[in-house]
Amino acid sequence: MQQGSFAVDRTHRWAALALVIVATTLLVLGIYHGLLQVLYRAGWIRAASFLGLEYYQGLTLHGVVNAIVYTTFFEVAFGYVVVKHFLRIPLDSRITVLAVAMMLVGTVMAAVPILAGKASVLYTFYPPLKASPWFYVGASLLVVGSWIPFFQWIAAYLQWRRLHPDQDTPLAVVGILSTFTVWLIATIPLAVEVLVLLLPWSLGWTASVDVVLARTLFWFFGHPLVYFWLLPAYVMYYVMVPPLVGGKLFSDKAARLAFLLFIVFSAPVGLHHQYADPGVSSSYKWLHGFFTFCVAIPSFITAFTVAASLEHGARQNGGRGLFGWWAKLPYFDEQRYLFAYAFPGLVLFLFGGITGIVNASVTMNNVVHNTAWIPGHFHTTLGGPVFLAFLGLSLWMLTELGGKPLRLTRWNVAVPYVWAIGVVLFSIGLSVAGILGEPRRTNMALSYSNPDSPLFQPQWEIWTKLGAVGGILMAAAMVIYFAVFFATLFAPAQPVREIRFPTAEALRYESLGVARNFTPWVVVAVIFLVIAYVPPLIEVLGGSTVPSPPYQPFSPVPVGQ
Amino acid sequence: MERSEKLILVVSGTLMGVFLLLLVYSGLGLGVVVPTCITDVRPFTQGRVEQRGPRQYDVYLVSRMWFFDPGEIRLPPGSEVNLYLSALDVTHGAYIEGTNVNLMAVPGSVNFARFRLEGEGVYRVLCHEYCGLGHQNMAGKIIITREAAAAPGAELVAGAR
Repeated sequence: MQQGSFAVDRTHRWAALALVIVATTLLVLGIYHGLLQVLYRAGWIRAASFLGLEYYQGLTLHGVVNAIVYTTFFEVAFGYVVVKHFLRIPLDSRITVLAVAMMLVGTVMAAVPILAGKASVLYTFYPPLKASPWFYVGASLLVVGSWIPFFQWIAAYLQWRRLHPDQDTPLAVVGILSTFTVWLIATIPLAVEVLVLLLPWSLGWTASVDVVLARTLFWFFGHPLVYFWLLPAYVMYYVMVPPLVGGKLFSDKAARLAFLLFIVFSAPVGLHHQYADPGVSSSYKWLHGFFTFCVAIPSFITAFTVAASLEHGARQNGGRGLFGWWAKLPYFDEQRYLFAYAFPGLVLFLFGGITGIVNASVTMNNVVHNTAWIPGHFHTTLGGPVFLAFLGLSLWMLTELGGKPLRLTRWNVAVPYVWAIGVVLFSIGLSVAGILGEPRRTNMALSYSNPDSPLFQPQWEIWTKLGAVGGILMAAAMVIYFAVFFATLFAPAQPVREIRFPTAEALRYESLGVARNFTPWVVVAVIFLVIAYVPPLIEVLGGSTVPSPPYQPFSPVPVGQ
Repeated sequence: MERSEKLILVVSGTLMGVFLLLLVYSGLGLGVVVPTCITDVRPFTQGRVEQRGPRQYDVYLVSRMWFFDPGEIRLPPGSEVNLYLSALDVTHGAYIEGTNVNLMAVPGSVNFARFRLEGEGVYRVLCHEYCGLGHQNMAGKIIITREAAAAPGAELVAGAR
């Protein structure tokens, strides 16, 4: 066994396992309130709260746990696996333990106020709604804790480059380093918002906060965030899926180019969440709309390259004809279950990509902004390829790092398909209702879905109920998943071997040129960021906004008055 | 690079280019606008409707926990409305049913949209941003009616739910 590999490194094995197990356990809460939300919205639970959990408190939990905690924990764990497996450079265990401890402590510090009802501010925590200071401190610790592994990996990568000057960086490592470059760029404005604006304000040290500035900083973070979620799924598609279908990666260079383009285009796009906002000039919004169209290109490249790789594999297995090769893919293969977790996500992402382009389209956004269309969209992206990849890879890490045999294998391959059918119904329901005007983030049980309310909207009803049926199917898939995960977790361990990481070979070799090096791409990314964000930030900081005192969700009177 | 790869790059690039041109056309040709930064109207705390000309109205709409002020606005058919939107406390939103008017109401700032309402009927104004525990009940209405045309100005019921 080589130095730096997992079988001889207990600390990193346990660190990654701890993150995956804690994240999956917390996910039970996030999924539970996902189910409750569709029941409320359909009017099947007609109340402000259910079993002690209030609707917006649960919505905060659903967003924070699923979109921030689960994703960050999973990605740090997967990053350690990729970096250790492919680079084989020893990492300092003490730093790893510190990082994991910060993430765990931060999560507990944020979770306690949410569960106590003292931070029902949703995952966007838009001021002037104020949460308990512990919520902001906890979120900051989680984010800063997740930076530490990235710095470890950069040091390991530079060391690897010195030791292997003539080799190309392994593609999975390019993917993970791109992912965390996007994350670092994204989380700097978030850290500024939380540490400079919100934390002193929630502690009462400052009296008021500039809400337009806070929103601009939040969405500076909030959109690159989605590529932080997406890129590990692309690592799975490019690196792990081709060998599972018996083929090779169609183009290694295209894959690298896609990752590097995400570094360039993922961040100068945040204003597309603020098209409907005051305080920001429309010309800046148009510029961000243009950049958002650019960031669609690496996803087009990925769709093509992954589909071509699948076709290549299927033809190796005897697939013939224009469409006949589709029959030669291992859809329900219990041993190669990672394919089952990849394929439906790819299909969902076709819809997610197209609806995303609609959202990016500056003027069309007037129709869909803050309607149910938006969750309809992102459950086919975050809830599609991203979530399914993370579920599959979490199981894979549990078996490979924990030495556990996978249990309930036949049930396991059903999970992604049941989930995907659920997502399709859910997203059709929410998208159509959204175009009809149904708002997101709203406990419709008490008004729009209630026939006794003057606000009742009968034309939304059928679509909301279709969405709820989809949500119930999604929850059913997750019940099976949790059964598989925990049955595997509590199975007796076998001796831990070297991990088996399915790794694609490239079909053709092409010279990489500028795709060999991160630096030029990061430089261009910074230039685009300056172009896209300095003028609107100057405008926002120009003082046209009157700062706001803090409010709590239950009272129209500011805190302390 | 393989021929099919070049093809997909050209096709996807062209597709996004066509989308972009159509988008620019919707803005410049069809006159669909998105909110911009306005500084000539300072944040206000009282809702009101002012008539500026024949069938031209300035509506100053205040969004607050958890109602719009004014909560009910009566205007004649074909009214051209300049809507100024402010938020008194936390962030709200305003979507006018059956229209493309969809705005964020952000505390400390004023949002703006110009639109025309032709057909008679009730256009509900829905809050679409989470604004606290009463969010789901926050809605106002604009009533387009010929009776409003008979009145010298707009009829106004301030603060009505």
